[in-house]
Amino acid sequence: MSRFLPSPILSLTLLLIWLLLNQSIAPAHILFGSVLALVVPLYTAPLQPVHSGIRKPLVLFRLLSWSLVEIIRSCVNVSRIILFQRQQINSQFIRVPLDLRNPAGLAVLSCLINSTPGTVWVEIIPETHELSLHVFDLHDAAWWVATIKQRYEQPLLDIFEAEAK
Amino acid sequence: MMQLPESLPLWLGIPVVLLLLTGSIITLIGALGLYRLPNFYQRIHGPAITITFGAGCFLIASMLYFTGLEQRPVVHELLITAFVLLTAPVSAMLIMRAAVYRDLRNERKGKELSENLHDNMHQ
Repeated sequence: MSRFLPSPILSLTLLLIWLLLNQSIAPAHILFGSVLALVVPLYTAPLQPVHSGIRKPLVLFRLLSWSLVEIIRSCVNVSRIILFQRQQINSQFIRVPLDLRNPAGLAVLSCLINSTPGTVWVEIIPETHELSLHVFDLHDAAWWVATIKQRYEQPLLDIFEAEAK
Repeated sequence: MMQLPESLPLWLGIPVVLLLLTGSIITLIGALGLYRLPNFYQRIHGPAITITFGAGCFLIASMLYFTGLEQRPVVHELLITAFVLLTAPVSAMLIMRAAVYRDLRNERKGKELSENLHDNMHQ
């Protein structure tokens, strides 16, 4: 089973993408999509050394919905600053110490942070494992550190590194 | 009254128009940010609102419009959403890192230059 179907979620996603692309659930598309879903993970398996399961789908769902609200809120904030702010905008680099080590978790974290307007991920400083982050309009660095650790990092720790605790 | 496409009912047309207008305004503000903000690190935040909120409005409007027009669920715009959310952050990160490393290198070069000048003056 696991030899021919190394990652069921990836296979299911591929099938779904194929059906969405063709906009059809005719048997022929399902058949060809299933072949793709079986073959592609087998041939791409050597490319990805990281296999991480998602342990708490509900936590992931809550994280994504909260991020969506946060994205919209930040959009409004950034628009307001662009349109109406006359004085100097306080753009700063800040550093956030991270506990998260799982590569998949870090990838999700970077996507969420970069998708939120007003924050761009620069890099993780290797010696200290701190995240360097550029914030568009900084008022309170401590607030940002606390928010990222609580709102983003803690759910990701629960999802990807639950067995470590 | 304006000529709407024949089979699209008004109750669906209004949200589609509102979403398109919102998306356009957001895109305009993003472009304005790119144009007006004074330095590179701030300009990178302007287009971010276009990518997320602007594109999101357009995609939802597209889904509603074609669903209403063709009388069947049209949701393959979801794929665009997924791919944008996966790829845009990566490019933003790469551009940001390129800028940071460029500035660090220039800073180092500048420092070396001034040290050389300093040494030469004292010789």
